[in-house]
Amino acid sequence: MTPLLQVENLAKFYGPRIGCTDVSLDLYPGEVMGIVGESGSGKSTLLNCLAGHLTPDRGAVRFDTRADGLRDTVTMSEPERRMLSRTDWAFVHQHARDGLRMNVSAGGNVGERLMAVNARHYGAIRDEAIDWLGRVEITEDRIDDRPTAFSGGMQQRLQIARNLVTGPRLVFMDEPTGGLDVSVQARLLDLLRSLVREMNLSAIIVTHDLAVVRLLADRLMVMKDGHVIETGLTDQVLDDPQHAYTQLLVSSVLQV
Amino acid sequence: MSDYNFAYLDEQTKRMIRRAILKGLAIPGYQVPFASREMPMPYGWGTGGVQVSAAVLTPEDTLKVIDQGADDTTNAVSIRRFFEKTAGVQVTEATTDASVIQTRHRIPEQDLRADQILVYQVPIPEPLRFLEPSEVETRKMHSLEEYGLMHVKLYEDISQHGDIATAYAYPVKVEGRYVMDPSPIPKFDNPKLEMAGIQLFGAGREQRIYAIPPYTQVVSLDFDDYPFQASKADHACDLCGAKDSYLDELIVDDQGGRVFMCSDTDYCSTRRAQGHVGAQGSPIQEDAA
Repeated sequence: MTPLLQVENLAKFYGPRIGCTDVSLDLYPGEVMGIVGESGSGKSTLLNCLAGHLTPDRGAVRFDTRADGLRDTVTMSEPERRMLSRTDWAFVHQHARDGLRMNVSAGGNVGERLMAVNARHYGAIRDEAIDWLGRVEITEDRIDDRPTAFSGGMQQRLQIARNLVTGPRLVFMDEPTGGLDVSVQARLLDLLRSLVREMNLSAIIVTHDLAVVRLLADRLMVMKDGHVIETGLTDQVLDDPQHAYTQLLVSSVLQV
Repeated sequence: MSDYNFAYLDEQTKRMIRRAILKGLAIPGYQVPFASREMPMPYGWGTGGVQVSAAVLTPEDTLKVIDQGADDTTNAVSIRRFFEKTAGVQVTEATTDASVIQTRHRIPEQDLRADQILVYQVPIPEPLRFLEPSEVETRKMHSLEEYGLMHVKLYEDISQHGDIATAYAYPVKVEGRYVMDPSPIPKFDNPKLEMAGIQLFGAGREQRIYAIPPYTQVVSLDFDDYPFQASKADHACDLCGAKDSYLDELIVDDQGGRVFMCSDTDYCSTRRAQGHVGAQGSPIQEDAA
């Protein structure tokens, strides 16, 4: 089986400082991988390198493209990479404001990716937008409201709808539940889990919330100071942490 | 005449602007940066158009300047006088007699010929600007032909107003490649962008020049189920009776009385001279008195 995403010895430096280094991973179709670690451990740097927002200094990120199989996204041309990022990839930002157009209605936000891939039928775009708003539990009568009129949880759900509307195969998520209260978080996680299963999505989720990865991720990667210090199945890593830092991380979670 | 170089700008500046114009003609719809000069008028009054006109004028040219279709408004009169004074060229109000026409907000109703140049004054050349504030990003979108965002604007129009409410500065795609802002002309004029004359666009403050060569394909963006429509007031000109020209609506009294008249003053007066009379018009001889 070909991996959907294959990362080999990826490194990114900020001057003399390490962003992340020596990262290798294989992500298979339908698999969800969690990346956990403390702030400054290089999780977001890694995610941004994978999604093409940052150019890594070393290494390869190979994606299984529909047309030509595995291609290195670092060396492919920018138009090709941007094409991927609005069709086969999706990126869910921590702050919905970074991923949404705040001065465009909800329907326009969802429709933008469709129009970017040359959908030119207003009625069809709108139907698709209504369908997707429904899937993320936003009622149809909110379709012409701007995201500024939405609550934080709704904005985040709208961002997810906007990203998934073109049927991507790989979703990058950067702290998707950050800044939301726990009950909203729970519903969002529920929603994400069902969407991931329904659409057979592959996802890479960066978070520092272990509950999120416990629920969503099949496999887990623990990072510290730019290095990967432990990988394995989620339950295995969380229930039987081997590295001292992972043990600290797992034991730091408050038990209610 | 000895006080100014021909057409105000020095020769080096005109060469620089001509290079930008030639590049713009070579890449239809592409915004070419140029080193816009200070002109003796405020930004927003046509500094870009004036620089382009200055660069293309020759002593043999006949210049016409229109503002919102009219030859006799402040902006048009002052720019016409400016070139009379600094270039000593012939000026005219007749579209057919002009070889260079500088315009703001309109394309003349009379079809232009291959030996005529139409120069537009452009306030904001970037069609994506109000949706994407970053210049770096919009340039990238142009270079990679990512124009989905332009349709988001039209989508918003339909979702809010039930129809494409954009009535002026209606975005077009030039020669199947660049999306371009045709300057704030009414969308009624969009079909006329495919013409025999050369069209040059100058934005002084934004320092951009772009161009449409003769007979270039210019397509107004739309949706399959909401096709582009060149709209105008559903009325005939009250002065000359023309049904095919773009109309201005004037409130003429306190009782809500209104008059529709051609925005293209030369077109209107030419028709009236030929004897056409609209609903509220009078034959032209009496008007002249």
